[in-house]
Amino acid sequence: MKLRTVFIAIAIAGCGMSAGMAAGEPQEVRQGLMKGVGQSVGALVAIAKGEKPYDGAVVTASLETISKNVKAFPDQFPAGSETGMETEASPKIWDNMADFKAKAAKLGTDVDATLAQLPADQAAVGAALGVIGKNCGGCHETYRLKK
Amino acid sequence: MGARFRKLVSAVVLFGAIAGGVAWFLTKPEPWPAAHWEGLGEPDIANGERVFWAGGCTGCHAVPKSEGEARLVLAGGMPLKSPFGTFHVPNVSPDETAGIGSWTLADFGNAMTRGIGRNGEHLYPSFPYGSYARLMQKDINDLWGFLKTLPKSTNVAPPHDLPLPYNIRLSLGGWKLLFFTDRPRVTVDTANPKLARGQYLVEGPGHCGECHTPRNALGGFEPDQWLAGAPNPEGQGRIPNITPGSKSIGGWSESDIVNYLETGFTPDFDSVGGSMVEVQKNIARLPASDREAIAAYLKAVPGRE
Repeated sequence: MKLRTVFIAIAIAGCGMSAGMAAGEPQEVRQGLMKGVGQSVGALVAIAKGEKPYDGAVVTASLETISKNVKAFPDQFPAGSETGMETEASPKIWDNMADFKAKAAKLGTDVDATLAQLPADQAAVGAALGVIGKNCGGCHETYRLKK
Repeated sequence: MGARFRKLVSAVVLFGAIAGGVAWFLTKPEPWPAAHWEGLGEPDIANGERVFWAGGCTGCHAVPKSEGEARLVLAGGMPLKSPFGTFHVPNVSPDETAGIGSWTLADFGNAMTRGIGRNGEHLYPSFPYGSYARLMQKDINDLWGFLKTLPKSTNVAPPHDLPLPYNIRLSLGGWKLLFFTDRPRVTVDTANPKLARGQYLVEGPGHCGECHTPRNALGGFEPDQWLAGAPNPEGQGRIPNITPGSKSIGGWSESDIVNYLETGFTPDFDSVGGSMVEVQKNIARLPASDREAIAAYLKAVPGRE
């Protein structure tokens, strides 16, 4: 009886720990968000280059993912998440948090403007990417470190 | 006794003078003969602009954080941190006093290809003349012509902030003796014009090796590690290995590399970052054939892990 309680307690504690270690860490959350942005950009680029046919649903879904992810993104940099889990976040993020957030917000604004006037063909997707894509390097120039 | 002592002293002095003389002779600044820069004719300004973007002059010489047309004002002033101290990038706008407007083509050419300043002094290799040494005379002449079309700036950059012994310019002669070369960095099939052009762009104006190749304690390139990646001289992080043996980009195809240099996106739609952002923007201004040449060359260099 007592032993069972101990086992259950260990099992519960174990679950809690592994969940805390794996999915919840901000380093991994933000990496996941960026991966989603990258995949969405990839889908848009494929259309812009003519590798995939124009598909309004794909364009909408991709833009929505970028918009949603980038809005959640700057909240994933709490104190204590500066290092670990192969993070490529530059310490400059924490030195200039306001500017970092402004850059993320700018991408969100650009994407939402594109959503409001959805690119209607291959050429328009290319033009939209030209505007949206500038944000990637513009932020990574300062705030991402390759290790 | 007195005579012997005097003899000994004069022998030591004589030996010192000879050793010093030999050292001076081996390490003195050596500009090209004047004729090297003569008869090159009217510069081709359009080609000069192409050399300008390939050379990435704005990356260091433009006003930090400037954008658009303002980047063409080569006012200098950017601090360049290194393990040897902080260099302050000079004004190379055509202003006659603050910039290099009163220089001759020979002055400019000797600075670019021999690392020698206008007053005959050695320049610090933070200015990548170890790469620019490979530039053809025609490209130097054209680039000089293009630079003179740019806006003037009266900005005067602060002097370099270097500790002993790095603040002794004379010692740079020794550095050059050890490390300066205008020979090819690696052997590629130069009978193939695409590879030859790629080698010229990467090893010469592009000066890619300056960041992507690891250096020894004296700042010379590690032999046999050409483009194999290095610590970021500006602090944290690493400059990636860009040889075919690289874990990150060794698997990229030639067209992946071309696309990255044109758009700034990796094959999995990550984006360019760090100092490479500006480099990529500059390379994107070159003709597509130049990006293809760079990619072909990067696939042809020896792979390093």
